[in-house]
Amino acid sequence: MIGLLARDLKLAIRAGGGFGLGLAFFLVVTVLVPFGVGPRPELLARIAPGILWLGALLACLLSLDRIFQLDFEDGSLDLLATAPIPLEGVVATKALAHWLTSGLPLTLAAPVLGVMLNLPSAGFGWLVISLLIGTPALSMIGAFGAALTVGLKRGGLLLSLLVLPLYVPTLIFGAEVARRGAEALAPGTPLLMSAGITAGAIAVLPFAAAAAIRVNLR
Amino acid sequence: MSIWEYANPRKFMSWTGPFVVLFSVLAALFVGVGLIWGFFFTPDAEGFGSTVKIIYIHVPAATVAINAWAMMLVASLIWIVRRHHVSALAARAAAPVGMTMTAIALITGAIWGQPMWGTWWAWDPRLTSFLILFLFYLGYIALWQAIDNPDTAADLTSVLCLVGSVFALLSRYAVLFWNQGLHQGASLSLDKQEHVADVFWQPLVISLAGFSFLFVALLLVRTRTEIRARRLHALEARERMVNA
Repeated sequence: MIGLLARDLKLAIRAGGGFGLGLAFFLVVTVLVPFGVGPRPELLARIAPGILWLGALLACLLSLDRIFQLDFEDGSLDLLATAPIPLEGVVATKALAHWLTSGLPLTLAAPVLGVMLNLPSAGFGWLVISLLIGTPALSMIGAFGAALTVGLKRGGLLLSLLVLPLYVPTLIFGAEVARRGAEALAPGTPLLMSAGITAGAIAVLPFAAAAAIRVNLR
Repeated sequence: MSIWEYANPRKFMSWTGPFVVLFSVLAALFVGVGLIWGFFFTPDAEGFGSTVKIIYIHVPAATVAINAWAMMLVASLIWIVRRHHVSALAARAAAPVGMTMTAIALITGAIWGQPMWGTWWAWDPRLTSFLILFLFYLGYIALWQAIDNPDTAADLTSVLCLVGSVFALLSRYAVLFWNQGLHQGASLSLDKQEHVADVFWQPLVISLAGFSFLFVALLLVRTRTEIRARRLHALEARERMVNA
């Protein structure tokens, strides 16, 4: 599994695309928001946590179809499915690799973009914590969606349609933590809920995703 | 004699034929009586005026919309565990009906909300959860349509239905947490005294029964159509085999 993780990370970094593209997309989306809503600092400060969360979510979505698609096309997914490690483990590892190359950089980039959106200083810590806890769920749910659509010719659009409703609870609790942090309220409850969703997704979804991959490889 | 015998498509077809007629008649009867009674023979509620009468469409449609998803969940489980084709086809047949009911509930709610709350739409927990339910139906139907092989499609949509149910429930409570509501509490419940006066309650229950019969009738018709479409497909495939 560590070998697979290293392989996926190498592919993501060397083959280009996934790694930088998500970050660039995140940057562009956040830069576009002030053009859309106007540059008033107090308005930007109010919507900054939500915008940053939404931008991170969309940037995550962008690279989801790469989780399984390339391996499916060149046949390595068949090999992984028959390999001694369980397919559930493969799914979890690939979701982890996706998180390391998309969720983690987005989390680290978010405070910089927060400065541009005039995020209140109390909010930076909670923004990073909420993204750190919430984005693994985005990768795991996304891996499930990617597993469902891996056999399809043009699965990208369908993947977004399937995955976005599943992102609702993560987004609500994550953005709520960031908002409460920014407004100096106690963010404990949504933080726990967010962590619960992430833990639940990591516990359950590898099995569902592996079942979907087995069907698609049949 | 076990209930699983009806999973045989031929048996299902012969058995449901008369039931389609029965349920259609019952649906027409109950919906007709419930709506006419509700629209013309109930007094206007205090503070609501005549707008309250939309409840006879809104509440039954919403109830059917949620229960249709629950039925799809059960059918998907049966398909995954026992692999009866009729079950998968029934889940597929129920989805558009459920989606339509969700849309009806949302639209009638908006029409009612405009004079009552002064807005067509509010980000109220109940409204929002229904919108999310609508999106789930959309994704489910889109996945069915995207996959050519019927067995693969049945498998994948069943998995999606199971996972989707968990996340739909999660969203329901997440949304409650996210915003306080305008929508009144449940109009009907089994464990409490009903919150609606008897004059409104009786036609509502009849209308509710009518919508449930309507759902069963539509479900049977659509499932039978799916079975026929599947048979036609098989016949065409055989034809091509013979000609080739």
